[in-house]
Amino acid sequence: MLDQSDSYVTEDGRTIGGVVMEMQNITLRFGGVVAIQDISFDIREGEIRAIIGPNGAGKSSMLNVISGFYIPQEGKVLFRGKERPPMRPYEVAQQGIARTFQNIALFEGMSVLDNVMTGRLNYMKTNMFQQAIWKGKAEKEETENREVVEKIIDFLEIQAIRKTPVSRLPYGLKKRVELARALAAEPKLLLLDEPMAGMNVEEKEDMSRFILDVNDEFGTTIALIEHDMGVVMDLSDRVVVMDYGKKIGDGTPDEVRNNQDVIDAYLGVSHD
Amino acid sequence: MAQTQSGAAGLQSMPALLERNAREFGGKPAYREKEFGIWQCWTWAEAEKEIEALALGLINLGVNEGDFVAIIGRNRPYLYWSMVAAQSVGAVPVPLYQDANAEEMAYVLQHCGARFVIAGDQEQVDKVIEVQDQLQQFEHLIYLDPRGLRKYDHHTLHEYSHVQNQGRAAYDEWITDLKERRAKLTYDSTCVMLYTSGTTGKPKGVVLSNRNIIESAKNACEFDGLKRDDEILAYLPMAWVGDFIFSIGQAYWAGFCVNCPESAETMMTDLREIGPSYYFAPPRVFENQLTNVMIRMEDAGKLKRNMFHHFMAHAKKVGPAILDGKPVGLMDKLKYALGNVLVYGPLKDTLGFGNVRVGYTAGEAIGPEIFEFYRSLGINLKQLYGQTEASVFITVQPDGEVRADTVGVPAPDVEIKIDDNGKIFYRSPGVFVEYYNNPDSTADTKDAEGWVDTGDAGFFEEGSGHLRIIDRAKDVGKMADGSMFAPKYVENKLKFYPDILEAVLFGNGKDRCVAFINIDLTAVGNWAERNNVAYASYQELAGHPRVLETISEHVATVNQSVAEDPMLSGCQIHRFVILHKELDADDGEMTRTRKVRRVIVEDKFKEIIEAMYDGSAEISTTTEVTYEDGRKGSISATLSIMDPIVTAGVVQRVAAE
Repeated sequence: MLDQSDSYVTEDGRTIGGVVMEMQNITLRFGGVVAIQDISFDIREGEIRAIIGPNGAGKSSMLNVISGFYIPQEGKVLFRGKERPPMRPYEVAQQGIARTFQNIALFEGMSVLDNVMTGRLNYMKTNMFQQAIWKGKAEKEETENREVVEKIIDFLEIQAIRKTPVSRLPYGLKKRVELARALAAEPKLLLLDEPMAGMNVEEKEDMSRFILDVNDEFGTTIALIEHDMGVVMDLSDRVVVMDYGKKIGDGTPDEVRNNQDVIDAYLGVSHD
Repeated sequence: MAQTQSGAAGLQSMPALLERNAREFGGKPAYREKEFGIWQCWTWAEAEKEIEALALGLINLGVNEGDFVAIIGRNRPYLYWSMVAAQSVGAVPVPLYQDANAEEMAYVLQHCGARFVIAGDQEQVDKVIEVQDQLQQFEHLIYLDPRGLRKYDHHTLHEYSHVQNQGRAAYDEWITDLKERRAKLTYDSTCVMLYTSGTTGKPKGVVLSNRNIIESAKNACEFDGLKRDDEILAYLPMAWVGDFIFSIGQAYWAGFCVNCPESAETMMTDLREIGPSYYFAPPRVFENQLTNVMIRMEDAGKLKRNMFHHFMAHAKKVGPAILDGKPVGLMDKLKYALGNVLVYGPLKDTLGFGNVRVGYTAGEAIGPEIFEFYRSLGINLKQLYGQTEASVFITVQPDGEVRADTVGVPAPDVEIKIDDNGKIFYRSPGVFVEYYNNPDSTADTKDAEGWVDTGDAGFFEEGSGHLRIIDRAKDVGKMADGSMFAPKYVENKLKFYPDILEAVLFGNGKDRCVAFINIDLTAVGNWAERNNVAYASYQELAGHPRVLETISEHVATVNQSVAEDPMLSGCQIHRFVILHKELDADDGEMTRTRKVRRVIVEDKFKEIIEAMYDGSAEISTTTEVTYEDGRKGSISATLSIMDPIVTAGVVQRVAAE
């Protein structure tokens, strides 16, 4: 077994570092409903970590715990070895965590460029009045942040829709814009909630490539939830499998694929 | 001999022209590329430095004189520099079509024995790596965009900027070699090798010398008065001779600026931002633009739409005459001026044609109505007729003598003769040196006196002296009753309809003609949207009864117009199908420049053709398709065979009796 601080090199030459985030015995309840029950796992620096499971398994709740949106009743969330206190969303963002949503949450009336620019808000220090006058500091600040945003636009190949209002885009592209906005925050840890849901094969392949490229190019740690087993197995370094709020498997895609509990949860068990 | 020609002593290669441009007007922009949302600019002096660094880097990597350096990617300044850098070190640049699949690439790389490949991005690198085991001479691969390539084995893989840096670091070691190699370049040195798209058979490597390129570029620049201040947008495939002549030959000769779009999808926006003064596009681009304009006008408000149609009707009437400087009534002139303010001007600006002084279309015949549309707006769009083997120019239309149905008069320094069968031959300083490693084909095409067989049939029009092309000589045939079969003629009439993207006519040796049709998904899709017709795929839309009906009407109208021509009335379409898939270069049905490969299409879909002749009402078929990544799949469909109205060909009957 690897230690907390150990690092290793994957087959395709990426370096996976020590543990950045650790979930210790997390239990999350909504009234009488137990969404997550006593789950522990960790996320290592630079890896792609997937959380999978059938509908209602508690995946999205888990992601919300990681992002700090839900505070579990029991258990601890350790971020870089320290227990994380309850935080406001902007504090989470300042820690270097960004996310995308299962149901797209973009500003529909704004252009792609403006949407992605909102991802840079944490890096902008000027106030509203300075920005209204715009000369001087605010102008310089916008130029600097625009440069970062343009690199992301280039990276995700959405130059052609830079000025297009989001409401006019097809679903697959909106997903990509959401990823762009999350990347604009230059996150250390990127949380993706069903990045491939509702996409056709081609769009899934594109998205997979972007996720791999993001991980490879920026060294971003990625935690993602996904339904599509094929995609998950191809993309991730390690997989956590959940079913009815419990963890039933954890390991490399191969290990998980051969785990009897996982097979039962996905294929069903006969009752004889 | 070479020196006595007007190419001027000392300016006998691209590197020499580059040196002149950097010396005489080094501060003027030579290249622009939109990246990260901003137009990045390089002056001639800067371009010279970049090219020199790369050339030194290439020597450092071991590029020898006479080596072939393949270049694959979209239009980017860096790749244009690669071509000139390769020339500087005495190597021969071979640009390849970037959308070619790995197999096609393997054939070309193997055929020329390229030792070096310069590729644009990961996609191209992957294709080369996939086939590199088949390539005996291949050694090093240089890539431009490092994205996704970090983990690759870098023993024979090099990043473009690293090669340049190594070149700069090894300046003292190699600069004398580089200067010596550059000095050795003459008018007879090979400038570039371009593979012809080949509507039949395997691609052939056309070797073009510096004389071919520079003389052709110079003549054409003088013909159209191209100057330093001109701007072009480089967006057509780099492997195509036209792009090489415009973006390198003419750009270096005249010293104008080459602008590269941000990506293929942003081309229209970039076109508008640059507003080129010299513009070139195959008919398909103009067709697509016109289709888009028409679709958008259909969606526009009533006032705008009526205004558009009203003024376009007026432009159609007097626009071309005004452009040609012919006399036009005062009221008409005033109305045209008003239309210019309200419609034509804004429209031209939206299309990015606001500054176009000279525009060309070539590659295929353009629909007369499409051609007239652009000319009536006041855009000086002209036709030219050319070939890779001629370094493009065979005939061009001079200003003021532009017509839709001819391709113009012989270009400067070009001689043309037409043999008894109507076949067109030409001779010019632009005539290619040879087909690489293919003396038989060279001898077949070019005779000892330098006359080249175009493979096209045509005639000079009496009075005007303009050349008219009938068709590919190979494609022109005879119907069973002996009347002429000229498929292109009918296909072009069909393709004028925005709904019809592609058409292929069959009937050589038969008693009547049948056709395949591809619908234009943009135009028909928009129509479907407006008429609440639901569809899930191209195939479904293509089989929709109302689409079939509309296309049937178009075919009937074309039949009517074909029937008016006594020579060709036998070419009316008796039956047709709308194909279940678009003809595609990945499936080998078209060339990379999107010309239909008639023989392959005929063979691939022969059961459909048979069904059309045996009177069946429909035909079930399964077709193999190749996806962009090279995987195969198949599409099954049942196609209805349509019987459009055929107009009685009176004249033909008489002749037959």
